[in-house]
Amino acid sequence: MNTHAPGCPLTGAQIVDEYFIENRTRLLEIAAFLDRIDRVDPDCAVKDFRMQVFRDAVDALATPGDRLNRIQMLLSDPTTEPLDRLDRKSALGAFDRGSKEARS
Amino acid sequence: MKYIDHHAHMVSRTTDDYQQLALTGCVAVTEPAFWAGWDRSCGDSVEDYFRQLTEFEPRRAAQYGIQHYTWLAINPKEADDRNLSRDVLARIPKFLDRPTVLGIGEIGMNRITRNEVATYTEQVELAIEHRQLILIHTPHLEDKLKGTRISVDVLRRYREIDPRRVLIDHAEEHTIEMILEHGFWAGLTLYPQTKISPQRAVDVIEKYGPERICVAGACDWGPSDAIAVPRFAMEMRRRHHSDALIERVIFENPVRFLSQSPKFKVTATGAAEPARVG
Repeated sequence: MNTHAPGCPLTGAQIVDEYFIENRTRLLEIAAFLDRIDRVDPDCAVKDFRMQVFRDAVDALATPGDRLNRIQMLLSDPTTEPLDRLDRKSALGAFDRGSKEARS
Repeated sequence: MKYIDHHAHMVSRTTDDYQQLALTGCVAVTEPAFWAGWDRSCGDSVEDYFRQLTEFEPRRAAQYGIQHYTWLAINPKEADDRNLSRDVLARIPKFLDRPTVLGIGEIGMNRITRNEVATYTEQVELAIEHRQLILIHTPHLEDKLKGTRISVDVLRRYREIDPRRVLIDHAEEHTIEMILEHGFWAGLTLYPQTKISPQRAVDVIEKYGPERICVAGACDWGPSDAIAVPRFAMEMRRRHHSDALIERVIFENPVRFLSQSPKFKVTATGAAEPARVG
């Protein structure tokens, strides 16, 4: 926390009053997403590298303290060397820890 | 409340969006050169785009009382193409004297290839050579952390670079500290999915303070919101932050950064002298 940072003017109770419903909605969306995959293809939830990270991220929610940064780091490419060649144009949303880049 | 959106790809937006920007208090936008969603075939195509940015778009914005400025570059999505990049870089200097060009941008990484790093480095050197402000794009999603690190590392190799003249955009929670601690400006991009929400952007302000932080909508041809900055202001009000703090972030900060270019004509009091265009 920066010493010149204003912090949040709201009380804890005010934050819950203001934000509970929209975050309740998000929580249900995540639950529905996971149930949908289980319903259609349970293996996908286990094998797809994005879903592996997603599960780790959901677990991270349960541990208090700096959840957002920990999840950002779970999703991020931790390597430091540029790619030798362009592999695709767009990011996928999560780093594949089983990829060649991750192993090198 | 008046505001400035320092990152808006207006060539992709309808005139209705200019109207929405004007109605919500926008007095100026700055438009970085970016990817059209498909790769251009040659430098001539990019040069036409630079003409659109420097000739046509300022006139379209002026119809709604909005000042339009621009940044020129080969964008990160095409920067892996070294032949196209060299061609475009050779064409940029002749545009730099135009009255609405503020600097070089948006430059940076996409997938962080060796070619992209080479093109980025050449564009940094171009900015140094012509004493231009720099606007940096940081990559999306899982590539952001690595791309931001490499972008900062390259900048720090050049003693000629004053970090106060560089804005590193699309910062998120895991990259903002490395941007601010090296003296750069940080941009928070208010985007519906792949960047930062107004709620999280307000969290960042609450945690780090408003110093050297700007917010922008980065509206473009994809899912994005031309009036994202006023939505950020609404979120600040929702948390009971003062109008003074909101104005600091959405107006005074961009004025402070952009006014380092003598071409930028919006003053801290809000007085605006329209930029003269061609």
